[in-house]
Amino acid sequence: MSLLGEDIVTEDGLFVVNMGPQHPSTHGVLHLKVWLDGETIHKIEPHMGYIHRSIEKMSENLSYRNFIFATSRMDYLAAHINNEACALAVEKGLGIQATPRAKVIRILMGELTRLASHQLWWGCTGLDLGAVSPFFYAFRDREAINDIMEETCGARLTQNYVVPGGVMFDIHPNFQKRTKEAIANFKRNLTDYDKLLTGNVIFENRTKGVGILTKEDAISFGVTGPTARASGLSCDVRKWFPYSGYENVEFDEILATEGDCFARYMCRMAEMRQSVRIIEQLIDNIPEGDFQEKTKAVIKLPKGEFYQRVETPRGELGVFIVSDGAASPYRVKYRSPGFSNLSALSTMAKGGKIGDLVAIMATIDLVIPDIDR
Amino acid sequence: MNKEELKSAITGILPEATFDESGELLNVIVPSSGFLQFMTNLMSKKEFDMNYLYCLTCIDWKDHFMMVYHLLSRNHKHEFVVKVKLENRDQAEIETVCGIWKTAELLEREVFDLFGVTFLHHPDLRRLFLDEDWPGFPLRKDYVDENMIEI
Repeated sequence: MSLLGEDIVTEDGLFVVNMGPQHPSTHGVLHLKVWLDGETIHKIEPHMGYIHRSIEKMSENLSYRNFIFATSRMDYLAAHINNEACALAVEKGLGIQATPRAKVIRILMGELTRLASHQLWWGCTGLDLGAVSPFFYAFRDREAINDIMEETCGARLTQNYVVPGGVMFDIHPNFQKRTKEAIANFKRNLTDYDKLLTGNVIFENRTKGVGILTKEDAISFGVTGPTARASGLSCDVRKWFPYSGYENVEFDEILATEGDCFARYMCRMAEMRQSVRIIEQLIDNIPEGDFQEKTKAVIKLPKGEFYQRVETPRGELGVFIVSDGAASPYRVKYRSPGFSNLSALSTMAKGGKIGDLVAIMATIDLVIPDIDR
Repeated sequence: MNKEELKSAITGILPEATFDESGELLNVIVPSSGFLQFMTNLMSKKEFDMNYLYCLTCIDWKDHFMMVYHLLSRNHKHEFVVKVKLENRDQAEIETVCGIWKTAELLEREVFDLFGVTFLHHPDLRRLFLDEDWPGFPLRKDYVDENMIEI
């Protein structure tokens, strides 16, 4: 990874610039090496590993109950959904299902997580592109969701709320009331969001036609989530491979065809409205009953391989467990959405200006611990 | 295509392939000799159209490595797993699939970094997460970290 002793100007006259690992727009410790022809981007090479903890290796020494909670530290903006993916994989191995009440609680929490994550993304996108005020508005709304999480799960970000067979404990008595308040507030504020950024001339000029990703490239690079859907690739796991009862709720998969930064922005904005729709359908219809299926104290999965995918705010997260019949996994592989989305960055940014790179980075919505794992 | 149709179609293009249906997904075990041609066919032949490689990884079974490729067709909506056994642990090598799916470039670099599997004809095979001079390959089962403290 050493950059010492390398020329700043290559033989072809390209200028080499290092963006990161401490650059404000990389949203974490990601290091991009950029080859520039004047101001035009020729090539980008991501350098990773600054926060690599090898969660996959750690999981090999943890029990099937405990390894779930290590994943909260991967994509920390969607900790609940990461936990859910692991719990579903373990349930698949055991051949059990969560109770109906736990399933609905999982969806509600998952969609609240998605809202909080998209709000943070919206604020940061504004900040990256030169508008400071969206950041404050986004954090105001996100705070309400974090408070709901804190009340029920005891933690604001790394909830660790999901266990194999259900959820750890029942929802707080205030949960429904406070969620309804937060959603009502958020729906009102969403119009302000649009006024602030969506129709803003500066914002449109910096995002429209910038960083185009074609559908063919999206497929070849294995891109998922809103980034792929903005290029017209249908890939919502909640529709393709429904889990936790997503097949019973009504919502639309948002697709756009342009594939540029603005399309990615609009996809996420529309997704927030769909999340609100899902929450509104379920918040008054949480079934009564147990919140947890009874499981043995020490969980042992039968020999075999289990793959479970879920839709995080950034795309498809896959958990691949290889079991040899022992009390801890033989091998765990996390197929993280950010990793594949990042691999398409060089193709997206090629031919654009270096200022466009900031817009592209903002609209791919990378979370670095998710990539480094 | 369903599992049975997939099996007969795969046998049609590669008679040496063996199948494992114990899990949820169909596993196709392929010898490493005809591997690259087989993968190219899966992508190019219209009846398969496996255009989406969503997970590429390796498993260390102590006496051999198993490469695992999860493939999905976005058009036909069928999926299966391709596996290749690498017998020689000290000199594990396999053809790259970068030319077929672009996402493989980074995924193969990750496997090279953490397992030490060499991908032949890979355009830029370097370590991804760890330093160039890092000793050993951490995700191998026999890896020992001298600095690790047992609690």
